[in-house]
Order: sequence, then structure tokens, then C-alpha cells
Amino acid sequence: MSIRLRLDKPWRPLAAEEIARLPGQLGIYQIADAKGAILYIGQAGARSPFGLRSELQRELAERGAGCQFRVEVNMQYRSRWFELLMVHKADHGALPPDNAKNPPPNLGRLSPA
Amino acid sequence: MDFEPNSEQQMLIDQVRRYVREEIIPLEAKLDPDASELAPEDHARLVEKTKAMGLFGIDIPKEFGGPDIDIVTRTLLAIEMAQHRAGLYVPCYGTFGGAGLAQIFEANDDQKERYLYPTLRGEKKAFFGLTEPSGGSDPARAIQTKAERKDNGWVLNGAKIFISNADRAQYGIVFARTDASKGRAGITCFIVDSDTPGFHVRRVVHTLRSSHYATELEFKDCWVSDHQVLGEVNKGFAVANDRLTRQRIPYAAGCIGVAIAAHEMAIEWAKMRSTFGEKLANRQAVQWMLVDNEIDIRTARHFTLEAAEKARQGIPFRTEAAIAKLTASEGGGRVVDRAMQIHGGMGMTKDLPLERWYREMRIRRVGEGPSEVQRMVIAREILGSNLR
Repeated sequence: MSIRLRLDKPWRPLAAEEIARLPGQLGIYQIADAKGAILYIGQAGARSPFGLRSELQRELAERGAGCQFRVEVNMQYRSRWFELLMVHKADHGALPPDNAKNPPPNLGRLSPA
Repeated sequence: MDFEPNSEQQMLIDQVRRYVREEIIPLEAKLDPDASELAPEDHARLVEKTKAMGLFGIDIPKEFGGPDIDIVTRTLLAIEMAQHRAGLYVPCYGTFGGAGLAQIFEANDDQKERYLYPTLRGEKKAFFGLTEPSGGSDPARAIQTKAERKDNGWVLNGAKIFISNADRAQYGIVFARTDASKGRAGITCFIVDSDTPGFHVRRVVHTLRSSHYATELEFKDCWVSDHQVLGEVNKGFAVANDRLTRQRIPYAAGCIGVAIAAHEMAIEWAKMRSTFGEKLANRQAVQWMLVDNEIDIRTARHFTLEAAEKARQGIPFRTEAAIAKLTASEGGGRVVDRAMQIHGGMGMTKDLPLERWYREMRIRRVGEGPSEVQRMVIAREILGSNLR
């Protein structure tokens, strides 16, 4: 049995009170616009002071209101991050726009079933 | 056998040690603790340095333009190259270059033009497709991927799992069953281009190792021509088996390198850290852990260099390679575990490389043939090859 390839949790508003409830754990997250189109897939690695909470606080500060987010706590944040990027590329033909500006080197390709 | 490095080997060891400490470790301080890749500009800069050292393409045979390094020296250098955070699976982040898969050197001239030379020039990367969901320790029986004859070629159907680099490679070496009635004599090795219709990289397989991940592959009516057969039909098992034996030596060397690095950290910490008014180094409980580390490292180093020396001399080394892999992966795991214990709470954090080594070293007791298979190989040597 494998874990879910795609992140399909409900979107939450990118707002200070929502972010304050996030754990300080490691993991991955997605940022979407108001309509749910994914703009960015990020990771909260071990250099983030408070993990997912720190990363989403930074996203809010940079993007302002109007966006949405969802997270997955995951100690394997690196391989899960690469996987989500590859799955997005397979599904949409391109990386999310904000990842495409600075793509990770040597990103592989998947053809998920 | 004398395993002390000669002066030329020692010079190379010192050179690589300096490179790891002065170039690799400082860069790691800025990377994610689980990273397995450098920024492209850093990678390119360091490749120029290894070229200047005369060590780029270190695994490429001399006749193909590589440096002329024997397997004993290569093992000594592999021990050095692993002594940093990512060193177990990505020694020096690949800045010494790769030679691709050893099997591709056995290819025919046409295949060498299409695969070997582009690989040596860094234009193509390969994956090694052996393990299947049905098992990896006993490939002769576990391989269920079938290749059936069709239109001057073969149609592959089946799945592979725990395959590294398949999502980034341009081609792979894939083992499939071409005669179901013949056991290990019914397996053939194919070169499969990654853009072949019917070849799919289905997912990342998430493991303890959170970068340099493995993937799961599917072959669905994947047709390859006769020109893609590597070696001879039904003789693929020998190709796989030779690699599995030879690969155990550098695999063991990596474990030793990480064990040495963990041990050195534990010694430094024990000399510095005080509890209840006494340095850890003065406590017998800690001293004995450090002694056990030293013994594990020396044992693994001895057996690994013994295997390498026999391989260098061209005499059988299957049993020695199994002993090397076994002692280095199990002993290395114990060393890292003790180093974490000596460091206490700090040893559990991602601030230090110990927790990454702990996770990755655990995989080493399974990868490239689990400990139990190594013991089987050694038992056959002791008790006779007819033992079942």
C-alpha cells in the first residue's frame, strides 16, 4: 500500500489565525490562489525555526491576504517535496508558477497512474 | 596482507580528506540537513577542482580515459569521500564524476556509442532495474518482469521497485525473465531508454532516507528491439550477480567512512562534555563505547581492504566481499548508534549529521544484499556450495 500521491486536503485561508494553529513540525505545503490554482509547493525543512508555521508565516508576509494553503506533516519532507513537484508537472505540464521561477536542479519526471 | 597505505595512496588520501573538509563540509552548513544536491554553480566549481586533482571520473577505467586507480586505492578514497553529512549515499555530491553502471562497459560497440560514451561525457545517466515487488534478495527466482518475443524484439511487462535515479535517467539496465522454465538461466538484461513507450516511473518510494530517493517502475507492453539486449539472451543473471558482488566493496567503504566521522565526533564530544563534574571521556561506560567503535571500524576496514586486495589480484573475492559488506554495514550502524548515545539529546537533532547517518546506515543492512544473504554466501563457502 502506498501513500497518497496528491495532496487533497481542503484549502485553508492564508491568514495569521490559521497559521498560528499550525504545528512547528517539518513537512510540505501548497499555496493556491483564491480559486484553488496551485501557485507554489514548498517545504518546511530542519532549518525552519518553527517548521511549517515559520514557512507559512513567511508566505503570508510576502504574499499578503487572498491566498489559500494546505500542509502535510512529513519527516520525509525532501522526497515528498520532489514527488509533489513531479506529480504537478505530470498533471499540468509545468511546475507551479512560483516554483518555475527557481526550479530545483535535476528534477526528475513521474508518470503517475 | 599489509593494508597500510603506501606513500602514493597516502598522498591521495590526504588530498581527498582536505577536499572533503575544506570544500564539502563548509557548503553543507548552508544546505538542508537532508539535501543530496549542491547548487549547480557550486557543483560546477568543485568539478573543476576534482579535475585539477586528476581524480575526476574516478571510476572510469584507464582505457576509457579515467585516472588509473586500482580498487584498493579506490576503496581507501571511498572511505574518505563518505566522511560528511550526505557522504553515505552521495559521496562528495558526485563531484568526482560517475562512470555509469559497470555493466555498460560490457556492451557491444553500437551500444557503447549510444550509451557508454555519452554517459562518460556526462550527457546521459542510467538506472539499475533489478529489484521487484516480489523481492530483491533472490533475483534469480524473484524476477517476474517478463520479456516476450515480438517483431525482432521483446515486449516487457512487469514492475520494479526501490530503483534509484530512474526519474532522472535517460536509460536503464533492466532485468527480465525471457524463459520461465530456466530459473537463473532464463533472465536477460536489456537497455531501456526512458522515453520508450510503455516505460513509466510511477512514484517515489518514501523510506528512512529522505533524499536520494528510490522509485517504482512499471513496464506495460514496453517494446525494445534486439539491439537493446545487453550481453546474451538468458545470460543476464551473471551480469547482475557480478555487479552485486563487486558493488559490495565500495558499499562497505562508505559505511566505514561514515563510522569514522561519527566516531571522531564522539571522541571530541567525550573530551569536551562534562556531567556530574567529570568529563565523559573519563567515564568507563563512555570509554568502552569508544573502544567498541574502534574495534568495529578496524574490523570492517580490515575485511574490506582484504576483499579489495583479492579483487585487485584477480582472485575470487565473493566471500570476502560478503564479509566486508556485513561487518561494515552492521558495525557502522553500531558505531553511529553509540556516537548518538554519547552525544545525548544533541545526537538526536538535525543540527548534527548523526541522525541522518543513523537512518541511512539502517538501510545499508538491507541494500545490496541484506545481512542474512551475506551470511548465506559465507556459509556456502564454509559448508560447501551444495548446501541449500
